[in-house]
Amino acid sequence: MSAHLEVIAPGLATTIQDLGRHGWQRFGISASGAMDTVALATANALVGNPANTAALEITLTGPVLACTGGDIRFALAGTDFAMTIDGREVAAHETHDLKAGQRLSIGSARDGARGILAVSGGFAIKPMLGSVATHARSQLGGLNGGPLRNGDLLPLATPGLLDQPHRMLSPAHRIRHDGPIRVLLGPQDDAFSAEGITTFLTSDYEVTTLSDRMGYRLDGPPVAHAGAVGIVSDGIVFGSIQIPGNGQPIILLADRQTTGGYPKIATVISADFPRLAQLRPGERIRFQAIEEDAAIALARELRRRLDRIADALIEIHRNVEPTSEHLLASNLISGMISALE
Amino acid sequence: MNEALYAQPRFRRSGDAALTIELGDGIDATVNARVVDLDQALTARALPGVVEIVPTYRTVLVCFDPTVVTRREIEAEVMALWPPAPTGQLRHRWTVPVTYGGEYGMDLDWVAQRLDTTTDDIVARHGAAEYRVYMIGFMPGLTYLGGLDPLLHIDRRPSPRLTTPPGSVSVGGQQAAISPPIAAPSGWHMLGRTPVRSYDPRRERAPFLFGAGDLIRFRPIAAAEFAALERAAEAGEIIADKEELRT
Repeated sequence: MSAHLEVIAPGLATTIQDLGRHGWQRFGISASGAMDTVALATANALVGNPANTAALEITLTGPVLACTGGDIRFALAGTDFAMTIDGREVAAHETHDLKAGQRLSIGSARDGARGILAVSGGFAIKPMLGSVATHARSQLGGLNGGPLRNGDLLPLATPGLLDQPHRMLSPAHRIRHDGPIRVLLGPQDDAFSAEGITTFLTSDYEVTTLSDRMGYRLDGPPVAHAGAVGIVSDGIVFGSIQIPGNGQPIILLADRQTTGGYPKIATVISADFPRLAQLRPGERIRFQAIEEDAAIALARELRRRLDRIADALIEIHRNVEPTSEHLLASNLISGMISALE
Repeated sequence: MNEALYAQPRFRRSGDAALTIELGDGIDATVNARVVDLDQALTARALPGVVEIVPTYRTVLVCFDPTVVTRREIEAEVMALWPPAPTGQLRHRWTVPVTYGGEYGMDLDWVAQRLDTTTDDIVARHGAAEYRVYMIGFMPGLTYLGGLDPLLHIDRRPSPRLTTPPGSVSVGGQQAAISPPIAAPSGWHMLGRTPVRSYDPRRERAPFLFGAGDLIRFRPIAAAEFAALERAAEAGEIIADKEELRT
């Protein structure tokens, strides 16, 4: 039998995701895809995969996976998770090998909410409508159109890289941005009173537990509409912030409905999409309106960072003395400790 | 000139990676035809950086990669082709079988009572109209229809049901709808069910039957025919009759 990952425990909401299913929103199919595309690009780069290779998206609590039928190489990027191979602790943001018969246990997220576990070579799963991204409501993607389940056998494509040096993401590239979530006002900011827009831009909002890949329901001071609450239904994008009748904002995300009839006060800028992916229930956020040119500049900066992700990887040699260049390159910070175990 | 139709498009920014182009006011067939025309014209232009175009009732949403193309460039493209030429797109007229009432349409009796008429009258009026497909949205293959008999206009439920049967044929406000073969939440009133699958991911080349601009007629069927047609649909057969129309 070729290499498989057997699901011993599925974790809270573990799904197979790639960069999403584009071009079908006109038929009611949401794009889905990885919430944190920087994590997807990073994890894939670490294991030598093209950027759009499907990987496991892990939310808050991870799965337990057993390797069968062959050895694999993997890496976890995004937020940091507690992670062990047969009880031995291993670090995120670097590659590890999982040998046939070994078990990988992923615990809780240590900081943000989501990680991406990429496997060298990717999964051998047939795309539907051009993607393997899981979208449960459309019964599309993944192994059977839903999240991982106990006993699932995830088939792996031909693993590569097993004879290559291990790699880690340079700690300088593990950025977690703080500060407000940046937005451009619109498309329906004219459906709100001036007071409502001020409330929206100056209040703290809590990410509630009614939050998932479809959207985050926020809780805070209600945002006042100018008149009627409904609009003629129109298209919704990743980051659309709609305000229903109760005035509580909802940020729509990867698995969003494709159209909706609530007015949308603002849209999160594309450079902050990966930050949205890492928000945890209970976390408080604030919105800041910025200029369109600033948003475009930030989008270009993120694009450049993703295009050069390979430059941010450092080879590591486990079980050997580190060279002085190696230590310098790694700035001697904590990521190094586990790299030298 | 139709009053609902705007003389010039209204541009509404949807972040740095999308633009909503609003073409008219309200739910109106002329406005929706303009949406179809602009959608076709922009799709044919195949602008670099445009990822997805989503036609709805009265807007065209253009999603793009802001590192390749900007909102201002897309607006300039729209103004350069304004007004979009009528496309003469190939449209279809579909006949969709429906079983009304009972377990198939749990709200039929209530709607008849509420509108102070008989269930036969509701079925006759719903079945007599020819509907226009305004958009597919919300969930895969959910088909929004205009052209409902004004006597059947009825407010939506005060609170939506968490789940309604797959293939439901429903009304809400001035609109009618056909659900995909997926159980889904809805605040509309369920008049009947169709075994037709507006979405079937197993039809890899054409998972969706209906598109904006298509015309729909309903044909009442008895429960026995529903069961037979449902078996055919399960086997992969497309059980709605289709006529091609040139406009």
